[in-house]
Amino acid sequence: MPAVSKGDGMRGLAVFISDIRNCKSKEAEIKRINKELANIRSKFKGDKALDGYSKKKYVCKLLFIFLLGHDIDFGHMEAVNLLSSNKYTEKQIGYLFISVLVNSNSDLIRLINNAIKNDLSSRNPTFMNLALHCIANVGSREMAEAFAADVPRILVAGDTMDSVKQSAALCLLRLNRTSPDLVPMGEWTARVVHLLNDQHLGVVTAATSLITTLAQKNPDDFKTSVSLAVARLSRIVTSASTDLQDYTYYFVAAPWLSVKLLRLLQCYPPPEDAAIRGRLTECLETILNKAQEPPKSKKVQHSNAKNAVLFEAISLIIHHDSEPTLLVRACNQLGQFLQHRETNLRYLALESMCTLASSEFSHEAVKTHIDTVINALKTERDVSVRQRAVDLLYAMCDRSNAKQIVAEMLSYLETADYSIREEIVLKVAILAEKYAVDYTWYVDTILNLIRIAGDYVSEEVWYRVIQIVINRDDVQGYAAKTVFEALQAPACHENLVKVGGYILGEFGNLIAGDPRSSPLVQFNLLHSKFHLCSVPTRALLLSAYIKFINLFPEVKGTIQEVLRSDSQLRNADVELQQRAVEYLRLSCIASTDILATVLEEMPPFPERESSILAKLKRKKGPGTVPDIEENRKERNANVNGGTNHTTTTPNAKTSPASFVGDLLAPAPPPTNRPRPVSSSSFLQTPLTPLPSQACAIPLAASAGTFYQVAAAASPDLLGLGSPSPLSSTPPALPPTAASLLIDVFSENSPGAAAAAAAAAAPIAVPAAPVADDNFSSITPESLHVADSILADVQEPTDKFVCKNNGVLYENQLLQIGLKCEYRQSLGRMYVFFGNKTSTQFLSFATSVVCQEPLASQLNVHPKPVDPTVDGGAQLQQIINIECVSDFVEAAVLNIQFRYGGILQNIAVKLPITLNKFFQPTEMISQDFFQRWKQLSAPQQEVQNIFKAKHSMDTEVTKAKIIGFGVALLDGVDPNPSNFVGAGVIHTKTTQVGCLLRLEPNTQAQMYRLTLRTSRDTVSQRLCDLLSDQF
Amino acid sequence: MIGGLFIYNHKGEVLISRVYRDDIGRNAVDAFRVNVIHARQQVRSPVNNIARTSFFHVKRSNIWLAAVTKQNVNAAMVFEFLYKMCDVMTAYFGKISEENIKNNFVLIYELLDEILDFGYPQNSETGALKTFITQQGIKSQHHTKEEQSQITSQVTGQIGWRREGIKYRRNELFLDVLESVNLLMSPQGQVLSAHVSGRVVMKSYLSGMPECKFGMNDKIIIDKQGKGGTTTTDEAGKSSGKQAIAIDDCTFHQCVRLSKFDTERSISFIPPDGEYELMRYRTTKDIILPFRVIPLVREVGRTKLEVKVVIKSNFKPSLLAQKIEVRIPTPLNTSGVQVICMKGKAKYKASENAIVWKIKRMAGMKESQISAEIELLPTNDKKKWARPPISMNFEVPFAPSGLKVRYLKVFEPKLNYSDHDVIKWVRYIGRSGIYETRC
Repeated sequence: MPAVSKGDGMRGLAVFISDIRNCKSKEAEIKRINKELANIRSKFKGDKALDGYSKKKYVCKLLFIFLLGHDIDFGHMEAVNLLSSNKYTEKQIGYLFISVLVNSNSDLIRLINNAIKNDLSSRNPTFMNLALHCIANVGSREMAEAFAADVPRILVAGDTMDSVKQSAALCLLRLNRTSPDLVPMGEWTARVVHLLNDQHLGVVTAATSLITTLAQKNPDDFKTSVSLAVARLSRIVTSASTDLQDYTYYFVAAPWLSVKLLRLLQCYPPPEDAAIRGRLTECLETILNKAQEPPKSKKVQHSNAKNAVLFEAISLIIHHDSEPTLLVRACNQLGQFLQHRETNLRYLALESMCTLASSEFSHEAVKTHIDTVINALKTERDVSVRQRAVDLLYAMCDRSNAKQIVAEMLSYLETADYSIREEIVLKVAILAEKYAVDYTWYVDTILNLIRIAGDYVSEEVWYRVIQIVINRDDVQGYAAKTVFEALQAPACHENLVKVGGYILGEFGNLIAGDPRSSPLVQFNLLHSKFHLCSVPTRALLLSAYIKFINLFPEVKGTIQEVLRSDSQLRNADVELQQRAVEYLRLSCIASTDILATVLEEMPPFPERESSILAKLKRKKGPGTVPDIEENRKERNANVNGGTNHTTTTPNAKTSPASFVGDLLAPAPPPTNRPRPVSSSSFLQTPLTPLPSQACAIPLAASAGTFYQVAAAASPDLLGLGSPSPLSSTPPALPPTAASLLIDVFSENSPGAAAAAAAAAAPIAVPAAPVADDNFSSITPESLHVADSILADVQEPTDKFVCKNNGVLYENQLLQIGLKCEYRQSLGRMYVFFGNKTSTQFLSFATSVVCQEPLASQLNVHPKPVDPTVDGGAQLQQIINIECVSDFVEAAVLNIQFRYGGILQNIAVKLPITLNKFFQPTEMISQDFFQRWKQLSAPQQEVQNIFKAKHSMDTEVTKAKIIGFGVALLDGVDPNPSNFVGAGVIHTKTTQVGCLLRLEPNTQAQMYRLTLRTSRDTVSQRLCDLLSDQF
Repeated sequence: MIGGLFIYNHKGEVLISRVYRDDIGRNAVDAFRVNVIHARQQVRSPVNNIARTSFFHVKRSNIWLAAVTKQNVNAAMVFEFLYKMCDVMTAYFGKISEENIKNNFVLIYELLDEILDFGYPQNSETGALKTFITQQGIKSQHHTKEEQSQITSQVTGQIGWRREGIKYRRNELFLDVLESVNLLMSPQGQVLSAHVSGRVVMKSYLSGMPECKFGMNDKIIIDKQGKGGTTTTDEAGKSSGKQAIAIDDCTFHQCVRLSKFDTERSISFIPPDGEYELMRYRTTKDIILPFRVIPLVREVGRTKLEVKVVIKSNFKPSLLAQKIEVRIPTPLNTSGVQVICMKGKAKYKASENAIVWKIKRMAGMKESQISAEIELLPTNDKKKWARPPISMNFEVPFAPSGLKVRYLKVFEPKLNYSDHDVIKWVRYIGRSGIYETRC
């Protein structure tokens, strides 16, 4: 470096700067700057050549003025001239000006590049460094284009000085970050790795940064760096602190390099070579050991450097997640930091522990610190540390400590900062649900949550409570009681009113025996909150009232009075008005039977991922929620296997068939007052008023799910006839699902069956969104879940064996509904194609494919359909079926349409099974046994003994047998628990008589099914079909 | 209703803070500092709305005066009040500067308590205020009971601006007609906009409670009087039409009886003692433009600019204009200037990016010229120079609007002096406001 000459002090600059600093006002400053600018302009005029010193001085002044925030539009040329100076100071100022002020479209860029090139190729390391710094500081695409080739060359050249190498590595790193596409990987990449072995620690440090960035992009190219890095790390860690001289920082050996090497190692999995691995473990242990040593200095820099290395080592340990001892040691080390008086350390310790908690090896170790963490939550002054403590509590929570943690979080919630309250609410809700052993505890927790932080309880949370209460009958009575008590508080949050309204509406009967919560008291309690609530809540409460009418006929008068009042019947809100009008009419006109049918308890919800969890994930952004679910999936499966209400248990997707079984087997509620028994649980929804906007809503996926639930589950019951004495549908009549529905809507004219079928689906479908709004907790988040459930439906034949209606298929675009009628050997199938999107389907076409030998056994004639389906509209297709002879295969329905320009192809099996062509035959015991004996040839009888897949409920079984198509014969079998049926299968060519006998064994949970028909193929097929149903 | 009033120094430090209403919090002080005084971009609007709070500010040298309100107030009222406050402060302690404000802060708080009550402006007449808000040595206990009750009755009475029992040996009054003329002219000499805003300032040293009547050559007043008199309108027009001027709008001091002005167009009043502003007015028609500027700018290549400016005085040769200053803006890349002028002194002021040409005196109907050669530094910036207008400052001893004082009659029925005994002085001063010519 040239010696500083006498004039290099730049007094003029100092004077100018002090002038500016002394300015009293902005105006004065501007005046001074204008004066200086005019002076510099006159100097740069070009009359006389300026010497390098003054050029440098004026360029400095311009730079200063620019940095003060004023525009500079001259002087670039002079700065570029400085670049070619031979004096270090002048060159430096020139480069400084260029890196600060250069704009890429400047004409000077060529000159600048030229100057840089000259310096790069000069042998002077100082000049090379200046040029490299300038390239890195500007870092534009132009720079990258011009020097992407030169910089790597300098980096790996053998004769380059260490300091230049260092700069070159960092310059390359910068270019790689700004325009990675312009920096080609080449033969230099391999040589860069060897820089890790360089003698000069500065070069190693710079190279490590570069390699880390490159390795993140192309891990394979830099695999070799792992062993080198481990070697280098072990040398640093084991060296005495004095060995490294300049690179020892407050008694810590090369802390920056250590941290960088540890980061680099985090790009790769644990090394496979045992030797390297051992060495690395040794290093990490040494680092952990060093943390235990007494500090060599009291300076904060010493502990900072030491802790930086330690934390990086811990994150490497967590990243590798393979050495249990290390993990536990790391955890213990962090545990010490939890009580450190340095706030930053506490924060970092909590943060690292959060990730440690998700490792299976250290989870238990983390749990031992629960008291400290809870204490931190209570006493910590710094809000960000508290937040980390909440995160850690969430991460370390499992079944054993859930109650304690949830209680702590709840108590913290009362004092928590507003910004994080919602997050805590979600976390509490998730933990409470996930680790609930006792669901009364869950209900208490959530109600508490609503009480403490009602404003932060999102819809998802209370939806979820309802779902769980409805799906678990053991908690319903308790929930009703608790909610009732909670509602008695003078001021309660609207969310609580919602939950209360819903639960009392459904399960109010469970607590009605107690005179303190008699129906009238319940109603008055709910109604006292009515006026304080928003419109959606009021709508919900109205629905609860109509449910009360069903549950408690004695309050009917009171409720009708309320509904009749002007404030309801003439409410300005159209939704409330419509509800009031319709509920009032319904309560006046409908008989108790119909009321009981319509207002039946909600069916259980299908299991799905908790929408709360989805919300929390979305809120935190991807990747920030520690995926404890995934990490602990196995554990969850063991621990939570018993309850299928946890969020991510593998058996979340119950198959529709088992679902039906659940429905059909309602355990008698622990009630002291019987619920009015209804003939069916079909659709509460058609009676939910349809607000105009609800109809306009395109069939949301959520709606679809609901429809699937309602339509798939309930027609089953209808089709099978009903176990209840109230039912008046004789099994002999063709049992259509819609007939009951039509009862409610219109007269049950005999010819209405077809119309009813057409009407049923369109009504039920738009009704779904309404139901969703009010009485279902399905949210759009559950979309993908809905899909996964419905994927099962593609193999629909099982489901349709015992029923004739339902949803055949559904995806995000299309829903296919079915309704069939069969008489003797003929059948007619109504297929409804519902467009769930808001755009038109074009070139819509369907075809039915019958493979041989089916083609000769079954005639299927689809009627032609329109080629377009409007958004949200439904299309009906009639398919005529004729059974020629007995068959096994299923016909396939191919659907083709164009949505948004993309051709969609869907193939579904049509649920046409042999049993559809049954005609039931009534006969007395004597006849039955006579015929039974006639069909005694060995090939005519088929017997199957199988395990029950669903609960063995008598009524359900009866319903299924009737749904199968045969007549159920009472009093034939001497053993009353056995079922006996008879029927004739009509085909075009022949008729096949069929007798069956089903013997359940409740203790062994087994069935024995015996079938005798006149044809062996028929026996076999029918046996297969029916066995799958139980 | 003003919610609060703050005074800041140039650094944004609060010198005076007086909050009148609860809706203004302490944070309003900081809001103004952060968003206006320390704003990244210079704030030019005198009214700023920050977080639903309105800030009205005026600047006196380096001092910021800001009135704050959350309500929808009459902005003109607030500014009128702020100006009045400046006047009051000037009357009490002279120039408004940081030092003066710091030295007189007790007095300022006392004044603020008096001239604003719960945000409503009260009597801000300096003369009246000085009777009961006194400075330094003069303490209020010097007042006797009678004097105190007299002050009370005066301040709360009908004529709050004048106390009774004033006696002068010599009854004397001074009238100043102060006008500022604003002009924007095209390079070709076409008037793009011009107006005169004027004030009539009176300094009265009159005994007792004199009744005064002021007359001027306002067109309407003259027409009205012409109608009322024996001469016909036409004749009146002929006799006085030449001098009569059209006043666009005017405002009066509170002492003027507005009802009389509305019905008879006569300006009659009982004046306050000492100096005050009797009226303020504005005219836009038939303005006498004292100077004409003829610019000539020629760009010679990219690096040179030739400027020639001629000024012509356009008034009676017997009158003398003073303090003439012509400011010719120079381009931002000026690297050198040579100036030649016949009269006065011209200098290139780099700090202001302008050539400033000063002439001490200039008689009417004269002409003078300056020529300059400006050297430019070539820049890589393609922006063209915006050519700001040439501006001018001057002072002339006549009213450019043409306003003339016709009479000022004084009647004091109780004391024995008549109109003739009063010594009256009238003076006209015309100054330049924003007087610009495009080039």
